[in-house]
Amino acid sequence: MREAQKIEILDQLRQGILRMQGLKDLRRMNIGDALDPIRAAFPNHTFPVGAVHEFICSGSEGTAATTGFIAGVLTSLIKRGGVSVWITASQTVFPVALKSFNIEPDHIIFINLENEKDVMWAMNEALRCESLTAVIGELSNIDFKNSRRLQLAVEQSMVTGFVMLSNARRSNSLGKQNQTACVSRWTITPVPSQKVDDLPGLGYPRWNVELLKIRNGRPGAWQLAWENGRLCISGGAPSQVLSQQRRVG
Amino acid sequence: MGPRFVSIWFRHLKTDWFALRHQATRDQPFVLRTSVHGKMVVTVANAAARRVGIVEGISLADARAVLPLLHVLDDQPDLTEKLLRRLGEWCIRFTPHVAVNPPDGLLLDATGCAHLWGGDQRYVEVIARRLRERGYDVGAAMSDTIGASWAVARYCAGDTVVQTDSHHKILFQLPVEALRLEVETVVRLRKLGLITIGQVASVDRSYLRRRFGEVLNRQIDYALGVEQEPIEPLQPVEPYSERLPCIDPVVTATGIGLALDTLLEKVCIRLQQEQKGLRTAMFRSYRVDGRVQELKVATNRPTHSVAHLRKLFDPMLSSIEPDLGLELFVLEAQGIENKIPTQEKLWHHNGGLENVGLSELLDRLAGRFGSGSIKRFLPDEHYWPERSFRPAASLSEVASTSWRTDKLRPVRLLNEPVRIEVTAPIPDYPPMLFRYKSQVHNIVNADGPERIEAEWWQQDGKHRDYYRVEDEEGRRYWIFRLGHYNDKTYQWFLHGFFA
Repeated sequence: MREAQKIEILDQLRQGILRMQGLKDLRRMNIGDALDPIRAAFPNHTFPVGAVHEFICSGSEGTAATTGFIAGVLTSLIKRGGVSVWITASQTVFPVALKSFNIEPDHIIFINLENEKDVMWAMNEALRCESLTAVIGELSNIDFKNSRRLQLAVEQSMVTGFVMLSNARRSNSLGKQNQTACVSRWTITPVPSQKVDDLPGLGYPRWNVELLKIRNGRPGAWQLAWENGRLCISGGAPSQVLSQQRRVG
Repeated sequence: MGPRFVSIWFRHLKTDWFALRHQATRDQPFVLRTSVHGKMVVTVANAAARRVGIVEGISLADARAVLPLLHVLDDQPDLTEKLLRRLGEWCIRFTPHVAVNPPDGLLLDATGCAHLWGGDQRYVEVIARRLRERGYDVGAAMSDTIGASWAVARYCAGDTVVQTDSHHKILFQLPVEALRLEVETVVRLRKLGLITIGQVASVDRSYLRRRFGEVLNRQIDYALGVEQEPIEPLQPVEPYSERLPCIDPVVTATGIGLALDTLLEKVCIRLQQEQKGLRTAMFRSYRVDGRVQELKVATNRPTHSVAHLRKLFDPMLSSIEPDLGLELFVLEAQGIENKIPTQEKLWHHNGGLENVGLSELLDRLAGRFGSGSIKRFLPDEHYWPERSFRPAASLSEVASTSWRTDKLRPVRLLNEPVRIEVTAPIPDYPPMLFRYKSQVHNIVNADGPERIEAEWWQQDGKHRDYYRVEDEEGRRYWIFRLGHYNDKTYQWFLHGFFA
């Protein structure tokens, strides 16, 4: 068997595996260049749309950083006129600020629910609605059963889900893994901004983005900044690939 | 096809009618009189009488002094209503929806009727000619909205047909009286130099609301067609309700569900045939012991989809207590609106706010959690951060101003600013450190201050001096000082978190 043929067959087999794992036809869903710098980490070099992504936030500052990062990703997901739903316990997202991430704040529908169970129910319903672009839900924690439910909802509708967990333990490779059915797990922490042209004051928003888990991809950590309307690699810290974690799902 | 309305104006309704009844007085000057505080007063004068200077409101003695041979007839108090009603009923030959528009007009909902008379122009001509042949002096106009038809019929010469979607142009040139306003409002508008509707419409709505109340804005909306004006037809529309009596009392959930399905189907078929949709629906079940249990659902946009309405009722059905059995079910559709079928988009994914799937999702969420928990925000013209956005009234509401992007704002804003302890080196300098939740944050970088004044016309209070600060770990905050540094009563607050 010739070498080229072999590669082709292997590629087809890989695609088959991805399809079986719920990641449908990835080639069609290139979401633009927002995550260009870290694309290599994703399966097929494409950010998985139509999947549930989990974000572990620590404290209000971490939540704010995660909000910024999600807004940056959302920008390239939202095509013209796309509508997203943001489900929170209390209205702390400041709609005016989203405009600076190139998101039309009036195309986001906020749903304020006090009960964690209600948030789950609403997320489930929203993720099944094909006319939405993305659903963002803020929970304190999520268990395997619920995350599986969300993932199943998403696989039919191809809506992208973002779950922000305020009270989840950050799993490490040694400790006991927090097992969920999500496609990826992230932590975003703020990093001191870099001076722009030696001007005083604050620079562009900058985060340490850790991809703790990605199904069929390679986890990693990067320092990203939101500059001139796009996400880009920033800072001297070289992109590093985290030690391969135990694969889940 | 959009709605079309015809407004008919009877210039001299009463005198025309009296002239018809008393042929002898046809071209003679005559007046109608009534007694006011024991004095005979002229209420209506015909054209011939007015030509010699007799106008409404003068006393009969004065009128007689001007013209000794004046014919005088007794006025009938509720004659106008009677006449308009009778004429309205006669007009039902032109359209089923005719409404009386007191004091001197009729309104015809001509949607989908004009082509039977060979087009809009012919339709209006026929109506006006037939009325003139009966002896009434009328003006008629046709346009997309009730308000515009009313204005054009009264303030433009001849029988005008305003083409679809072009009523703005004509309306903007008409005087403000054409908005159907009270006399005082018109006088005040004229005093301000606002003579035409175009000038009024160009003024910011919030100013108009503050000076003239909600009425003026509503009248403008009615005239321009932004809002649909209610019309009360002479022949009332049959209510959209269905009954299902049961011979044997129903006690099971399946039975109730079946009853609901049957009723929904009947109502929805009728709505669909008439191109209408319901906004609220009431499902009543009458129990054997006489208790009535009600379930109510509301939708974001008019719908006649059985499946969707069934889904909205579903979670509530279990709250019905059948007890000994239910003997009668009634489904009533309220809040009926026109539902003009739009062409289904080929790609209905990511369809935006107009999408049916989205409004159905929001209906389901509102049914479970109440509509108060669902919010969409639009920009508002305020510098005060808490007031820089406002909840939108509906899914279709469009922002009247654009979102501000010139000032950086935090992605997370606390509902209530939190007190913090701050050390600042010198007045009006960014602080060196602050203590929040018993943790000390040393500030490395800072931007500011950005002063935001309290809006004195809405609230009392001091101004805020905002700083964007970053601590040594890169956490970014939005903090402000309330009041002047010199006042000694200033306080520091944390208000938000930057990304």
